[in-house]
Amino acid sequence: MAGILVYSENSKNAHELLTAATIIGSALGLEVRALSINNDTQAEDLAERCGEVYRIKEDSLKLSDTSAMASILDQVVRKLNISVVLLSSNRRGKELAGRVAQILDSGCLTDVYGIEVRDDGNIDCFRNGLGGLTVVSQVIDTEKKVIAIVPKIFEAMGNKITGVIRDVEVDVRSSGVNVVRTKTKVRDAVDIETSDIIVAVGQGLANKDDLPQVEKLAQLLEGEVACTKPVATDRQWLSEERIIGLSGKKCKPNLAILLGISGQVQFTVGIRDAKTIIAVNTDENANVKHISDYMLVADIKDIIPELIEKIS
Amino acid sequence: MNIIVAIKQVPDLDYIRIRDRRPIMEDVPQVIGDIDKSALAAAVDLKESAGGNVIIVSAGDENLEDTIKEGLAAGADEAVLVKDARLAGMESSVIGTVLAATISKIENGGLIIFGEGSADNYSGQVVSRVAQILGYPQVGYVNWIEIEERVAQATRSLENEEETVEIPLPAVMSVVSEIKEPKIPSVSSILKARNKPKRVYTLDDLGIEIPENRYVRTVINLAPVSQRKGILIKSVDELVKVFESEGIIRR
Ligand SMILES: Cc1cc2nc3c(=O)[nH]c(=O)nc-3n(C[C@H](O)[C@H](O)[C@H](O)COP(=O)(O)OP(=O)(O)OC[C@H]3O[C@@H](n4cnc5c(N)ncnc54)[C@H](O)[C@@H]3O)c2cc1C
Repeated sequence: MAGILVYSENSKNAHELLTAATIIGSALGLEVRALSINNDTQAEDLAERCGEVYRIKEDSLKLSDTSAMASILDQVVRKLNISVVLLSSNRRGKELAGRVAQILDSGCLTDVYGIEVRDDGNIDCFRNGLGGLTVVSQVIDTEKKVIAIVPKIFEAMGNKITGVIRDVEVDVRSSGVNVVRTKTKVRDAVDIETSDIIVAVGQGLANKDDLPQVEKLAQLLEGEVACTKPVATDRQWLSEERIIGLSGKKCKPNLAILLGISGQVQFTVGIRDAKTIIAVNTDENANVKHISDYMLVADIKDIIPELIEKIS
Repeated sequence: MNIIVAIKQVPDLDYIRIRDRRPIMEDVPQVIGDIDKSALAAAVDLKESAGGNVIIVSAGDENLEDTIKEGLAAGADEAVLVKDARLAGMESSVIGTVLAATISKIENGGLIIFGEGSADNYSGQVVSRVAQILGYPQVGYVNWIEIEERVAQATRSLENEEETVEIPLPAVMSVVSEIKEPKIPSVSSILKARNKPKRVYTLDDLGIEIPENRYVRTVINLAPVSQRKGILIKSVDELVKVFESEGIIRR
């Protein structure tokens, strides 16, 4: 029987992919198989969630070598007669997806945040179109399909079975990429996606010294501080975990307060599911007004302290 | 060694209107996306250590030369373009083939840089497809590059870690926007851009036929329904009232 293959170096993401794979697999009559590379613990964890786990142990195979990794996936896909490859749409997964799809001469969709299997056997994949302006549903028409799914969309599969682990022999073709050093990013455990109230800041915040005020406001409202991409990546004032938008998080709080944010589409796609949106911006024509329930045209430098005082 | 920067012509999203939830694409100007501009700025920075030119490659419609002018003004030395009306909005698998064929026409291309994702589709797969077609090693989501003779070092910025790798050249990389802030071209560089060399190919020149069957088909493309109150408020007191009426705070 043809199969659907799940792979992610991130075990939690892999467990979520198993849930998606089960939905697709049962609708299309595809056997779900999981792949684990150079990670015995992961293989064992997967075997508690998936009937057939394929394990590769090859010291010479490095995650950082996308070319070699893609070639391995291709070999496994052919060996196991796989028709759908599910990867995580994290950075490693997205990089891998395009290369695997090219080897397989297949269509590929990344950043997929919803799937629906149609009666005709097509898998509708939902993702952002036009930078987030639209929601698109797309179908891959090639015989093999590569789909990368956004983390945390599907529940992780629980551990309830005893599957088998099989070793697979593969031919490692290194492309000469070698890791020189790795540095752990400072972890920020915040989870803005589940926060009920969000206080988000943009480049309208002129001074880093004003950040504690924003944090104080969030604290008073029992919410979390979030931000636009440039605040985290260019200015590095807040962690990347706090970015809302196309390349950040998709949030659906009850209330979002947007401070000094212009409201460009790549940002708004991550906050438009909020129940109520309040914006404060000096520019009354800023795009953010189109996505706000309430807009206050004012300087956030004056507004934040005044607001803190009045709600304390 | 030349540095090649792949640039995508994208619709300026600020100009797309929505009617009956449908995006209206007529008369929307074509531009270079922000991340591609960062990629170009990073390439211009590396030019000296690479000891060659910065060459733009791009595939797009009739307006391509116009769109790419901005890239030439921002420091690229030349452009190699593929023009065909059918290439606007063409799917990634075809664009990958077209770009790889174009890059093969360039001599001494040592490093090929892409933006991490395009401003419109943002699928990030073309870079990997091109790397595979050319048979080059790749590293994605790079925020730092250094070139040393026939190898480069680059730092891949992942969710939880930064991974610095050594990668033999020629190689393909995708970069994140923070690698380099794009420069706004001066008037004199805009004028100079006009005289920079351009080579323009057609799909026929490259011997590429667009396959009849699409790899990926778009079934729905609609703006989500949005109903916002759009109320202008005038003071912090009014804002506090909103908090109260929304049940955020109690008096
Ligand atoms: C492929 C791609 C993906 C992207 N992904 C994301 C993403 O996930 N998330 C994201 O946020 N962006 C993303 N971006 C970037 C996005 O396009 C915008 O550049 C970004 O969202 C703008 O951030 P901003 O609103 O903070 O800054 P700006 O656009 O500079 O806006 C600042 C706003 O603050 C206002 N302002 C200035 N001073 C004050 C003041 N004193 N008081 C009140 N208001 C003031 C200004 O009027 C302006 O409206 C992406 C871009 C691309 C191309």
